Amino acid sequence: MARIVMDDLHKVYPGGVKAVTGISLDIADGEMIVLVGPSGCGKSTLLRMVAGLETITGGTLSIGDRVVNTLEPADRDIAMVFQNYALYPHMTVYNNLAYGLRNQGVAKPEIERRVQEAAAMLQIGDYLQRKPRALSGGQRQRVAMGRALVREPSAFLFDEPLSNLDAKLRVQMRVEIRQLQKRLGTTSLYVTHDQLEALTLADRLVVLNAGRIEQVGTPMELYQRPETLFVAGFIGSPAMNMIEMGYLRDRGAAPSTLPAGTDLVGMRPDDMLLSAPAEPHLSLSGRVMLLEPAGAESHIYVSLDGNDQPITVRIPGLPTMQEGAAITLHVPLGALHPFNTASGRRVSG
Amino acid sequence: MQTKRMTFSSRWLPYALLAPQVLITLVFFVWPASQALWQSMLREDPFGLRSTFVWFRNFERLFADPHYLDAMKTTAIFSVATTFLAMAVSLLFAVMVNRMLRSRDWYTTLLVWPYAVAPAIAGVLWWFMFNTSVGIVPYMLQGFGYDWNHRLDGTDAMILVVIAAAWKQISYNFLFFLAGLQSIPQSLIEAASIDGAGRIKRFWTIVFPLLSPTTFFLMVVNVVYAMFDTFGVIHATTEGGPARATNILVYKVFRDGFVGGNLGSSAAQSVILMAIVIVLTVIQFRWIERRVNY
Repeated sequence: MARIVMDDLHKVYPGGVKAVTGISLDIADGEMIVLVGPSGCGKSTLLRMVAGLETITGGTLSIGDRVVNTLEPADRDIAMVFQNYALYPHMTVYNNLAYGLRNQGVAKPEIERRVQEAAAMLQIGDYLQRKPRALSGGQRQRVAMGRALVREPSAFLFDEPLSNLDAKLRVQMRVEIRQLQKRLGTTSLYVTHDQLEALTLADRLVVLNAGRIEQVGTPMELYQRPETLFVAGFIGSPAMNMIEMGYLRDRGAAPSTLPAGTDLVGMRPDDMLLSAPAEPHLSLSGRVMLLEPAGAESHIYVSLDGNDQPITVRIPGLPTMQEGAAITLHVPLGALHPFNTASGRRVSG
Repeated sequence: MQTKRMTFSSRWLPYALLAPQVLITLVFFVWPASQALWQSMLREDPFGLRSTFVWFRNFERLFADPHYLDAMKTTAIFSVATTFLAMAVSLLFAVMVNRMLRSRDWYTTLLVWPYAVAPAIAGVLWWFMFNTSVGIVPYMLQGFGYDWNHRLDGTDAMILVVIAAAWKQISYNFLFFLAGLQSIPQSLIEAASIDGAGRIKRFWTIVFPLLSPTTFFLMVVNVVYAMFDTFGVIHATTEGGPARATNILVYKVFRDGFVGGNLGSSAAQSVILMAIVIVLTVIQFRWIERRVNY
């Protein structure tokens, strides 16, 4: 159990490449923080800096009120789950779990107790005498989790732990990780590039881009009120539609409620309605380019009149119109996200 | 694996295709081997004019000969020491080079050079370095109060041939160990360091066990090298002496056959060597290999 505080962390590689540039973050005890961002944004580097696998070239990092900048990974009281599981192939599952405890000099009966407890919790009790190669992907994943659990560390670090699993197993393990983390109440830092994973797991979500934090907040805050253009485009699937203010003005559809300085307006695909709502809204007309039924919902790609950029609309169920048909979209004014392209930020007001 | 069954239009084509391989095996292996077998049961008169068929008398004599049993012991000591030294030093080099990032390729290239030196040349090199009158090593050892003389002292001679033979093999082992080390996923090392294992503990509990396929392979190659491929080194440095202290089996075959002229005994020794190779190979692949697979 520990609070993790990052204060202006920097990572510059010997070649001069800056991977992390000034990250400050205060993680409360027991909190599940998810770091999300495109590849190369520095999220894995940041996690590895916390783990002690990468040196910290600037700033301070403390875990549980202890500055750990120069401590060896072993002395930081953390456990990590790797993307490829990193199970020791020559050891049985039991020894994989016990390895860390033996290194810490834990007494044998205590090791036995903790391994059995973790094995029961993860339902891997039947495989304890097997070698990792005799396990399926999901079982290996559980063993990797077990290895982190038995240590009873003050923080868990997850480095894209589910990316090697198939879709069904991924959802199942995601739920289990969340339940486990809630039950144990251990501070966790979780890296992923999968935004669904990020939205569902996080107490708070940290969106990283080019080594900096774009925005920190609960998943809902980030979804409902993205503070930067990057977050707006990154969170939410399908991605938010961006329409230039000039286009709206030309069409006479520019709402007067938007704050000054707005030159780009974001609209979520599910806020684009096919029938006019009672509340104040703006309307845009266009033509259906493509219909994409996706089970419980459908995506409609619309090309607006006089604008070649396609717009995505998400509707529940199956679409009733034909491809090529004229269509009018209605967006409630309250659902508009005003942005300024020069600053790349949301225009508040 | 499924075996494919080919059908040939001509009955003789498959035999014709196999013929070159079979011919080479016959000429260069089966024929000399059977000659050795035949000769091992012959006994020449002192002038080499007549030979008598003596059944297994040559073998009986060998196993009753204390010199031969000594040579076996010498061979065992020599090959175990050479294999251990060659593998330990090359593993150390490989571990050190593996930790370097920038100059790794340079070091690798430089460390491979000794492998290109012919065994006899290498032997002469060591002969000069350890020469009791002009060599640099005895001169330096004298400074520490040690009187090196591999011409009189059997232990000194053994140390010399072990070093010379091992030196030759280090490059080869080094390359394999380096490749083996690089094939161990970095994340395993990282996981172990998070699991609280220090550098040395990580090496012995993670790296070394994972290297075992490489280690096993090199052990086979090195033992075979030390037992059968070190004639040049010994001939150029100690010639089996002093007092047969470095007279390993392969060298004894040469001494007894070509210097001593006792072709029958020499052939019998070759046959025994052949049997040793077969036994070694079977033991190593059947028994040890099973333990290194995971």
